[in-house]
Amino acid sequence: MAEMQIKPITMNFGPQHPAAHGVLRLVLEMDGEVIERADPHIGLLHRGTEKLIEHKTYLQALPYFDRLDYVSPMNQEHAWALAVEKALGIEVPRRAQYIRVLYCEIGRILNHLLNLTTFAIDVGAMTPLLWGFEEREHLMGFYERACGARLHAAYFRPGGVHQDLPDDLLRDIKNWAQKFPDFINDLETLLTENRIFKQRTVDIGVISYDDALSLGITGPCLRGSGVAWDLRKTQPYDAYDEMDFDIPIGKTGDCYARYLVRVEEMRQSLRIIEQAIDGMPAGPVMAQNNKIIPPSRGEMKQSMEALIHHFKLYTEGFHVPEGESYTAVEAPKGEFGVFLVSDGTNKPYRCKIRAPGFYFMAAVDHLSRGHMLADSVAIIGSLDIVFGEIDR
Amino acid sequence: MTENHSSDLPLGGETETALMAMADHIAEVVDGMAVSCAVIRGEIELRVNPADIPQVLTLLRGDRQAAFNQLIDLTAVDYPERESRFDVVYMLLSMDNNMRMRLVAAVAAGQAVPTVTHLYMAANWAEREVWDMFGIFFAGHPDLRRLLTDYGFEGHPLRKDFPLTGHVEVRYDDNQRRVVNEPVHLVQEFRDFDFLSPWEGMQTQIANTPARDDAEQKG
Repeated sequence: MAEMQIKPITMNFGPQHPAAHGVLRLVLEMDGEVIERADPHIGLLHRGTEKLIEHKTYLQALPYFDRLDYVSPMNQEHAWALAVEKALGIEVPRRAQYIRVLYCEIGRILNHLLNLTTFAIDVGAMTPLLWGFEEREHLMGFYERACGARLHAAYFRPGGVHQDLPDDLLRDIKNWAQKFPDFINDLETLLTENRIFKQRTVDIGVISYDDALSLGITGPCLRGSGVAWDLRKTQPYDAYDEMDFDIPIGKTGDCYARYLVRVEEMRQSLRIIEQAIDGMPAGPVMAQNNKIIPPSRGEMKQSMEALIHHFKLYTEGFHVPEGESYTAVEAPKGEFGVFLVSDGTNKPYRCKIRAPGFYFMAAVDHLSRGHMLADSVAIIGSLDIVFGEIDR
Repeated sequence: MTENHSSDLPLGGETETALMAMADHIAEVVDGMAVSCAVIRGEIELRVNPADIPQVLTLLRGDRQAAFNQLIDLTAVDYPERESRFDVVYMLLSMDNNMRMRLVAAVAAGQAVPTVTHLYMAANWAEREVWDMFGIFFAGHPDLRRLLTDYGFEGHPLRKDFPLTGHVEVRYDDNQRRVVNEPVHLVQEFRDFDFLSPWEGMQTQIANTPARDDAEQKG
């Protein structure tokens, strides 16, 4: 009997599929139910952010960062603000540093809530999503009260934050933070020891230590593979070196470990939030530098010079000295970096955005080979993929 | 205004001397392949020739003391007026030393850069993106397709001579019942305001140059 050559089936997944977390088109070569090769086609949300930034002043470029990873907008802005501050060499007041740390951690919880709950829905659990989004609503309320926008904040500016917090906001955040651990416990009762959830995630998509380094994986996914590396600890920026918190790591490097790391990170974020509120210093929220920081409305009514500064800063913008620099922050998904090339004018010459999700997506082929079709959904869910930052 | 404070350094706790020592060590490791190696604004920058990139990266990754075992990012910068038009930039991280460095190679248009996908898996998509955005060819890459742009896209968008509006726009055609490509038609002329001051009044003050002292003396 002649041997038959069976051709692998090529299957298309997406770009409109609820488990694709946005606009992912995945072309899968299948041997029956087993994935032989996964070829992600990305770029369906490509908006040319880097090109647009080259045509905007340093301040106008900032809101583009909200629109990258739209699940945790302020963490992205933070990277841009730090990059510009580094190039200008300006110091940020302590109160602004604390506000930034506070809001970065709120952003981290926002992100993890979305990721954990959508991950759960990908592997068959409906309830966490409904619960989690209620909590996200509270957090976006805090965003709104600080800056007026629930999502696209444009709140962190080079030199500090745009405006001071309203009076009773810190009290309300603290009240919320005291209640939130109960929510995390409830969430864990639904998932952590859930038989179905564990069957779908344990030993799926294992990333080994060497692979994680070679693939450029950062953030909770790297820590899930047992690497204690967190830029907030190792290369602290703003007030993170004054905060007391732990870095959770996983041992197995599978989807389940990544889930556990994120749950624990939410608890650690709460610790940082409480410390930031308790230790919140008084003082200005913007650096005192007329040539970079716009004047207040009140000043503009009184001072001719302030009026001129305001006009110049919102038309020409400030000039950044020539040079290249790379600045990275620990965004909720991993290392989010900005490679900024300035040529001494008011616009960036080149701005490369290093998005953590881009390298996660590149790893999908490596991780899903030899797994079942349904596991690819679990892997994508556990990697925390948001297309805003991958496609840029 | 311009002070040398901790955020000027990329790494918390690292001093300038540690970076200088590492830069010296790197220059020693790559042994003659370095075009230049310096600490600029608290970041190590090593410049090499494009042909040497895989060998330099192998050395930097394998060396016990340097151990730059993570390729964090790979990108390019376009300088159209230069003879070697592009700078290909590799951002490296050493977790053991808690240090970053940058490997830069100047590449002419049409010149191929050897791939490093066999050293870092992360380079696969990163090189595809650079090919897509700048048209820099990576020799030996296993699968050098476009990554971010549309199927059938022409041109390399991040080159400085590529217009911001692009060349084609897409729309759904009701009659043909499919998406069609058309040349870009702008209802209003594209406006790119140039607000650069011809007097450069603010630049000197930001850089904190001696110009300020002059003003004080006069006052």
